[in-house]
Amino acid sequence: MSEQIEQALSRKYEAGFVSDIESETFAAGLDEEVIRKISAMKNEPEWLLEWRLKAFESWQKMEEPEWAHLHYPKIDYQAISYYSAPKSMKDKPKSLDEVDPELLRTYEKLGIPLYEQQMLAGVAVDAVFDSVSVVTTFREKLEEAGVIFCPISEAVHRFPELVKKYLGTVVPRSDNYFAALNSAVFTDGSFVYIPKGVRSPMELSTYFRINEQNTGQFERTLIVADEGSYVSYLEGCTAPQRDENQLHAAVVELVALDNAKIKYSTVQNWYPGDENGKGGIYNFVTKRGICHTNAHISWTQVETGSAITWKYPSCILKGDNSVGEFYSVALARGKQQADTGTKMIHLGKNTKSTIISKGISAGDANNAYRGLVQMGPNSDGARNFTQCDSLLIGDQCGAHTFPYIESRNPSAIVEHEATTSKVSDEQLFLCQQRGLDAEKAVSMIVNGFCKEVFKELPMEFAVEAGKLLEISLEGSVG
Amino acid sequence: MLKIHNLHAKVEDKTILKGLSLEIKPGEVHAIMGPNGAGKSTLGYVLSGRDGYEVIDGQVELKGKDLLELETEERAREGLFLAFQYPVEIPGVSNMEFMKESVNAMREARGEEPLSAAEFLKKAKEACKQVHLPLDFLKRGVNEGFSGGEKKRNEIMQMILLEPSLCILDESDSGLDIDALQVVADGVNSQRSPERSFIVVTHYQRLLDYIKPDFVHILADGKIVKSGDASLALEVEKEGYAWLGGKAQEADA
Ligand SMILES: Nc1ncnc2c1ncn2[C@@H]1O[C@H](COP(=O)(O)OP(=O)(O)OP(=O)(O)O)[C@@H](O)[C@H]1O
Ligand SMILES: [Mg+2]
Repeated sequence: MSEQIEQALSRKYEAGFVSDIESETFAAGLDEEVIRKISAMKNEPEWLLEWRLKAFESWQKMEEPEWAHLHYPKIDYQAISYYSAPKSMKDKPKSLDEVDPELLRTYEKLGIPLYEQQMLAGVAVDAVFDSVSVVTTFREKLEEAGVIFCPISEAVHRFPELVKKYLGTVVPRSDNYFAALNSAVFTDGSFVYIPKGVRSPMELSTYFRINEQNTGQFERTLIVADEGSYVSYLEGCTAPQRDENQLHAAVVELVALDNAKIKYSTVQNWYPGDENGKGGIYNFVTKRGICHTNAHISWTQVETGSAITWKYPSCILKGDNSVGEFYSVALARGKQQADTGTKMIHLGKNTKSTIISKGISAGDANNAYRGLVQMGPNSDGARNFTQCDSLLIGDQCGAHTFPYIESRNPSAIVEHEATTSKVSDEQLFLCQQRGLDAEKAVSMIVNGFCKEVFKELPMEFAVEAGKLLEISLEGSVG
Repeated sequence: MLKIHNLHAKVEDKTILKGLSLEIKPGEVHAIMGPNGAGKSTLGYVLSGRDGYEVIDGQVELKGKDLLELETEERAREGLFLAFQYPVEIPGVSNMEFMKESVNAMREARGEEPLSAAEFLKKAKEACKQVHLPLDFLKRGVNEGFSGGEKKRNEIMQMILLEPSLCILDESDSGLDIDALQVVADGVNSQRSPERSFIVVTHYQRLLDYIKPDFVHILADGKIVKSGDASLALEVEKEGYAWLGGKAQEADA
């Protein structure tokens, strides 16, 4: 297998594998035919088509989950188009002048450079990004180290053995309703492979991913860190992203082989909808990692966007001495609803997990933490520490905590701490008495509340995340 | 500097200040004493514009401006500083970060450039040393887990950094050990200048041995009932406030 990888790597990076079939957008609706068409569009091998079809079969037998602390109108899955071609140049805005000024204002506040603004807003500019030399340097460095980072649709062709070996091993095809749907219809996403003993020379950011456009609403990511390797992966960006597709159901699978470490950071800022929540994104994500012996997976997420977020990045601590971590900030304001948390499944001996969850609710928002800590019969000496803090801004919002603990090993230790606090009048007054206006004060208090999570983020990301919270909270005091 | 005329203020329908008048000239130190619940802290809150403290009558001028017209943060930027009787914690926000934002907000209001991180750090370290707090207090969360005395010293450190023109110290001496009392007093004395005035609220004449006031006022039942020089504090120390009882009621009737 490794020979095959080497071969592929020694090949020059070509744009070759993207299908040449005339782009088109499928009519709404989902059946076997649609899945066959998606697979054909991407020139997929037979096994993958089979895989998709089996996923579809399971999905049809499943019920949409209703247990989350969320309320939304029933989704009509037959009213969605499952493949949309990239917007042609002529349908896109010609310049930033044609873009929603509100969106631009936010970009400016975040200090996003002009060419990136154009890219984010979907302005028709030819390959702005690819022409930038940092991307080229970035690719060269990764190739040198033997790190594979490419669209998963490309990996299916270039590294079929790897993809076949790991795809669906962490999040099985029929894991849950949304994962099954994703498995049936996923369009693209990232594939990462870090060879044995290699430390990725830089943080891998979706931002740099080639063919960034149109990964679509059903994104699929697979990251494999071979023995003793290390990678830090950044997903998303702080700029608000809009998408015509309301339903998003992504799947992320992480495989950390013996002694490997994967650090996965997300900043999610999908459009939350207007003040009534209209037009906001529904974000149903399945993220899970498996840790082999001595391996370490760390999830860090900052969730500020979407109308609805349903997301539980989880770790299966299979190998002895493996470590799982979950650091999360979830902000919900206005009509936003967030139901997030994690699952830590301790199977191996002396496995350790840490959960730090910070939920912030403002306006009418509802924020729920749902966490499961499971200690298997063989998890001798396993430990979990969970800290779950909620911060309320105003008195119309809510915070809910649902910790589930299942221990089948008497030597395992589970600790849980939970607090709920408010941004108090005293704190606001102190800040204002020191010359800060109310908005600045709230954002500072909130940032302080999130500190333990922010410090887990890569530096620039942490600064941006802080700014993002500040902007997201605008207008929530007064 | 400050002119308060016939100030009436209420909190949640309870009238607490009932016709308070006071004038403070630049460079002066005024001590305010008075029984618990007299309205001393309330005066500080009303002057600094705390939400929920409503002025029902009277006027207040700070450096010739109508203070009551201004928002809380605007008053602060005009140079009004309140050292809290009970400083509140802001977990996770470092003292350093907090004070830098604060100092720069004041500078911005004065049309000055913000201080760079390095410039600020230098000033902050000096102020920190001046109130005898170890430097790691700059990194700790605002008042987070500070002892009572440390909180008070932290307030004085903020005062030193912000260089306000009117400082209201609300019982900055209570709960301090004898050395800390000296530190706080030294901090205040180091800031005394012909342009800066102080209102020092205290229950103990002892503080006034260190910070020599130009005037001492007794606040009872929402009004200044007696004013004098430093010797008035000695009198209070000896006799308490029992003598007030009748007087305050008389004034009320
Ligand atoms: N929010 C409030 N609601 C009702 N009463 C209040 C409120 N805040 C203050 N008071 C009352 O106003 C009065 C004055 O309080 P204040 O804190 O100003 O007293 P003080 O002179 O500072 O007393 P101390 O010496 O104990 O610090 C007290 O009787 C207090 O109970
Ligand atoms: Mg008081």
